[in-house]
Amino acid sequence: MQIFPCPFCGPRDEREFHFAGELGKTRPDTRDGVSDADWARYLHEQRNEKGHVREVWMHMPCSELFVLERDSVSMAVIGSSPLRGAAE
Amino acid sequence: MTKTYSAFNLLREGLRANKGWGRAWRTPEPKPSYDVVIIGGGGHGLATAYYLAKNHGLRNVAVLEKGWLGGGNTGRNTTVIRSNYFYPESAALYDLSVKLYEGLSKDLNYNVMFSQRGMIVTAHSEPEMEMAARQVNAMRLNGVDAELLDAAEVRRLEPALSFRADMRHPIHGGVLQKRAGTGRHDAVAWGYARAADAAGVDIIQNCEVLDLILEAGRCVGVNTTRGEIRAGVVGAAVAGHSSVLAGMVGVGLPITSYALQAFVSEPLKPVLNRVVLCPPYGTYVSQSDKGGLVIGGGLDRVPSYGQRGNMPMQEEVLSGLSEMMPMLNKVKLLRHWAGIVDVTPDSSPILGPSGVEGLFLNCGWGTGGFKAIPAGGYLFAHLLAEGTHHEISRPFDLSRFDTGYLVDEGAASGIAH
Ligand SMILES: Cc1cc2nc3c(=O)[nH]c(=O)nc-3n(C[C@H](O)[C@H](O)[C@H](O)COP(=O)(O)OP(=O)(O)OC[C@H]3O[C@@H](n4cnc5c(N)ncnc54)[C@H](O)[C@@H]3O)c2cc1C
Ligand SMILES: [Zn+2]
Repeated sequence: MQIFPCPFCGPRDEREFHFAGELGKTRPDTRDGVSDADWARYLHEQRNEKGHVREVWMHMPCSELFVLERDSVSMAVIGSSPLRGAAE
Repeated sequence: MTKTYSAFNLLREGLRANKGWGRAWRTPEPKPSYDVVIIGGGGHGLATAYYLAKNHGLRNVAVLEKGWLGGGNTGRNTTVIRSNYFYPESAALYDLSVKLYEGLSKDLNYNVMFSQRGMIVTAHSEPEMEMAARQVNAMRLNGVDAELLDAAEVRRLEPALSFRADMRHPIHGGVLQKRAGTGRHDAVAWGYARAADAAGVDIIQNCEVLDLILEAGRCVGVNTTRGEIRAGVVGAAVAGHSSVLAGMVGVGLPITSYALQAFVSEPLKPVLNRVVLCPPYGTYVSQSDKGGLVIGGGLDRVPSYGQRGNMPMQEEVLSGLSEMMPMLNKVKLLRHWAGIVDVTPDSSPILGPSGVEGLFLNCGWGTGGFKAIPAGGYLFAHLLAEGTHHEISRPFDLSRFDTGYLVDEGAASGIAH
């Protein structure tokens, strides 16, 4: 099994982790209405990049969400950091 | 040179030490321009080329493949062909495909070994039996064959399955589609390639599309590792790489690429008559003509372009198999691999215009597009030749994500390739 780093618990078995989504998707501001196309893009569109990706993952035993940077071809882990601060 | 496969030619070539067979297709140099350029030499790209020539008389066509024919998912899949879907839109699409498969060996003069041995999806509780009955009714209303089986009937048809009383998920019955079965994946790719080539299509391997050429907002060709190739219209059928390709012209897609794995065992004496899927274990299996068990399961739930197997899913699928058929516990695996599949939010494909003029998409088949190769090619050829949808492909237009008219087979009929 591959070892993933949880920023809180350290290196752990990949089966303890859950992929949550791509990093950096922000919900459109719906106060003034949002077009069907923009809403569909928010709901469904994925960057789905080949290579270096930044994603939100959960380490299930500690239930913390965090940012995992990895290579989507080689699966090599590039970095892992707490989610707080990542959105800025 | 002998070209056609027939009993007479087999006998004649047999007597001549098989020296007269020519190559099944040419290896042409790319021309500077074509009426239609198809990107991706998997089943969908090759079938599209064949139907462009056959149904629409378009022969100035090229198929560009970065590797070798069928080296993507078409040559990596578990070859299940079926049309046991829930919604009428899907039934029309996948049943067109099964019907085309039924005549395909003859149509292509190439044995694609479509074996309609049937497929059983088991049900493991009383509520699941209710859902199975609903599935059977939906299929029949859509004009697709389906039968509801009780546990005794499943046992009579597939005695190798476990019917022990202490099973974690005891079998209560199942849904049988008799017209479902398996085919030979390589033969589907090669059969379409050979027939398309004979109709004049240029099949160009080792030719990777690096960029799409836009002029005044219109896609007018491609830049490849073998130079620039202009096109009247471009069709992309690149499966797991659809987001990468669409990204070349700034089009975002509702697609996530995942690895999907499969396994083949050492050859065994016959133990299994049909394709069997047991949903609670997430495992399905059939037995090939050579005796190997062909085993598949669900997606890796991690986006990936890494075209190889890995341990967590192997553990899940094989533990499922040993629960389904404990008699197979000591069977050894021969091979284990993965393909990169293009999954949409509703588990239905995307067929239609890309949003960029001159560029059309055939993708999103995800875990289940081998069965759809004949229909996908047939409908995509219609789109490329006519510029508009065939009635059967219209519901699968990219615009369904804006209108919300999803064809949610992921929820309705679950996984099963
Ligand atoms: C393990 C596994 C099991 C499966 N089991 C089943 C099953 O039992 N039944 C079923 O119906 N379906 C199954 N599927 C799904 C099925 O294999 C696919 O949906 C189907 O083969 C897709 O065909 P395609 O022609 O669209 O894609 P592919 O066969 O993947 O062809 C796409 C081609 O495009 C080429 N390409 C990509 N980018 C470029 C570029 N830039 N330039 C040039 N060429 C490019 C690739 O090299 C590739 O050959 C399975 C898939 C996998 C991985
Ligand atoms: Zn943790």
